Amino acid sequence: MQETVVKFEHISMEFPGVLANDDVSLDIRRGEVFALVGENGAGKSTLMKILYGINEPTGGTLTVRGERVERFSPKDAIARGIGMVHQHFMLVPSFTVAQNIVLSREPRKFGVLFDDRAAVSEAQRLAREYALTVDPTAVVREISVGLQQRVEILKTLYRGADILILDEPTAVLTPQETDELFAVIRRIVREKNMTVIIITHKLYEVMAISDRVGVMRQGRLIGVEETKNVNERMLASMMVGREVLLGRLDRAGEAGEVRLAVEKLNVCDDRGLTAVRDLSLTVRAGEVLGIAAIEGNGQSELLEAVTGMRGAQSGRVLLGGADVTGSSPGARRARGLSHIPEDRIATGVSTAASVSDNLLVGRHRERRFNILGLHQKTKAVRDYTQQLYDEYDIRGAGVDTTVGSMSGGNMQKVVVAREFSLDANVLIISQPTRGVDVGAMEFIHSHIIKKRNEGCAILLASADLDEVFRLSDRIITMYEGEITGEFAADAITKEEIGYYMTGSGREEAQYAKAQN
Amino acid sequence: MDEILRHIFSAGTFNQMLRSATPVALAAMGGLLTEHAGIMNIGMDGMILMGAFIGVLGSYLCASAAMGVASAVLLGVAVGLFFALFVVKFKSDEFIIGCALNTFAAGLTAYLSRSIFGLSGTSGHDIAHLPTVHLDFLDAIPFFGEILNDNSFFIYLTWGLVALMWVFVYKTPCGFWIRAAGEKPETLRTAGISPERMKWIASILCGICCGLAGAHLSLGYLNGSFVEGMSNSRGYIAFACVIFGAANPAKAYIAALMFGFFDALGYRLQSYISSDLTSIIPYLITVVMMVYVVVRGQRKKTTLRTNTTAQKE
Repeated sequence: MQETVVKFEHISMEFPGVLANDDVSLDIRRGEVFALVGENGAGKSTLMKILYGINEPTGGTLTVRGERVERFSPKDAIARGIGMVHQHFMLVPSFTVAQNIVLSREPRKFGVLFDDRAAVSEAQRLAREYALTVDPTAVVREISVGLQQRVEILKTLYRGADILILDEPTAVLTPQETDELFAVIRRIVREKNMTVIIITHKLYEVMAISDRVGVMRQGRLIGVEETKNVNERMLASMMVGREVLLGRLDRAGEAGEVRLAVEKLNVCDDRGLTAVRDLSLTVRAGEVLGIAAIEGNGQSELLEAVTGMRGAQSGRVLLGGADVTGSSPGARRARGLSHIPEDRIATGVSTAASVSDNLLVGRHRERRFNILGLHQKTKAVRDYTQQLYDEYDIRGAGVDTTVGSMSGGNMQKVVVAREFSLDANVLIISQPTRGVDVGAMEFIHSHIIKKRNEGCAILLASADLDEVFRLSDRIITMYEGEITGEFAADAITKEEIGYYMTGSGREEAQYAKAQN
Repeated sequence: MDEILRHIFSAGTFNQMLRSATPVALAAMGGLLTEHAGIMNIGMDGMILMGAFIGVLGSYLCASAAMGVASAVLLGVAVGLFFALFVVKFKSDEFIIGCALNTFAAGLTAYLSRSIFGLSGTSGHDIAHLPTVHLDFLDAIPFFGEILNDNSFFIYLTWGLVALMWVFVYKTPCGFWIRAAGEKPETLRTAGISPERMKWIASILCGICCGLAGAHLSLGYLNGSFVEGMSNSRGYIAFACVIFGAANPAKAYIAALMFGFFDALGYRLQSYISSDLTSIIPYLITVVMMVYVVVRGQRKKTTLRTNTTAQKE
């Protein structure tokens, strides 16, 4: 039996109006990888923020290395060897890697000056020791997300952490970067006898990396199991409190006429580089066209160009046969296009506005909701939004609360409810369930298929390959802004498609194009 | 024509440039700290004005210019604390607080000046002012010696302060923390350092710099007199210099020198053109500088674009 390094006893955490943690008792043992899973808003991050001293629990006791701690701050947590890699990285973009690693404990010369050379050599030493290769002199703003995460881990190691908390570490990583991260975790646990607590809601990751797993639901710890004794399905049902149907969805109807066409489209990214190159595709009524691509291969820019959020350099976008290439997003919406954007907080909702206002946007000019466009009819709006709220099973403190106070899954449901209620016939969907729990994911998936069956043309991009396979009728792969393959969803496997997502299939595609 | 040019580009003009630039540069040294700490500080004008008044008052009451400067520094600390109290502690809108500070300073100094020195202001009073520094070895150097010599002590102090500020911002841990507090406060907080504390420090240091700028204005530049509204928008110019110099002390000082040069040029040109027109020049140049900042920002984007596409081709 390994020694217990962290002990939560009857911990509860109450925020105004929300009981985020409810009587949680949990032991973490030295040298294990402990996975904490649960739906969004289940209280996983809250619990870990208590351990890192960001949240002060309202009840219960926390014991670290046999010592009861009270009025804990991040500084105290660091002093006790606890490090946390946050979901949103805590790095200063304009500083170098070394400067970020040593932040708050800078090596000094003459007592007052920052010793840059010592910082760089210290960073190099750590990088070598833990085999986390990274250039200490690179500016953080300019390195990839995967490398930034390494810097975060190095930062906690520099501060002497041997209990590492990772909050949804793979949410922003490519599959390769995830593999690398897992290799790092295994190494530090095995070689350095460190303890790693990983928060996630990707169940296959739990199976892949953890020794033990704790499942949380609605603030309570439902159960703690040895990972080898459970499977994904069991964990999923523990998380949502019922059996989850991760089977195939019912499809009905045949694909109809072409609703969305993209012809020889060229689009630049924010840096002005060509992100989408001579790309053409069509989506028919009653079909889902899925885009499988590793992040950063032009799929975001493509969808933005289709929805009108980004200009195209050349080529055309046709909605129901009409050229909308130069039209505003509003004009495209008027033609029946609806859009679930990739980043719900930045473009999907207004976090400061109420749920009701967010649900109304797009219909707010309709006569039934206002008098002469001057005065909003409060009751009509309320009735309408309340109906959506119930229909889409949005869970929160009612339609009058601000969207910013909701969990990710419910925020996404607000976006889905609004966009799906707009009677669109073309749906552009990007990352529909990123950072969303299993229950909400199931719900959103079934609604997407419902829209398909009703005759909507749907263009879908997702970083989650399972999702692309589950929802799509046809799948295209993209690599460096070009289509590298097109398949019927049931005619190819996930393993095969990976080959096309890495560009290996491109030469063949070009060859085929030349033949035509 | 030759005569005119010689008059305009004389050592006197460049000496005047240094003298005009100094109060702006001093304030800018403070302003760049608050800028780095993520506070938009448009209250510097009021801070300078109060510093100018308290400098004169201190000098008048203690009959010592040094005491005047000391009181301006103390006032700077107080104003910095006041500013931080509202902006950092109470999280008020920094723009509103800055505006309030400026109007408050204008009213308060006018009121106090009239009640203490009478309606005619400080003109009738004998107020100790800052001596000029004469360095004999500079006499040997033609032209430059003339520019650099016989200046207020503050001009030399400013050079030291610019260098010190550069080291502080880019070479000390505290400078790193102030920058982190502005750029990514949560990062600093999770590292165990309070970003609010850094903002307090930046505000107080900014108050001190503006206090010094004010003291120099009244005790050095104008040889011991206070005139209502004498800061004359220098706080805003300082803010423009901070933005123009991307909050880098050396660049901000160069921006202040540019302002100083055009200010001096305006004085020279008064012999030839109406003074109403010439006094516009430094402010016009400030506007041009800000336009340049915007255009440069745009051009950076496009050059990056062409460079990277060129590489790709």
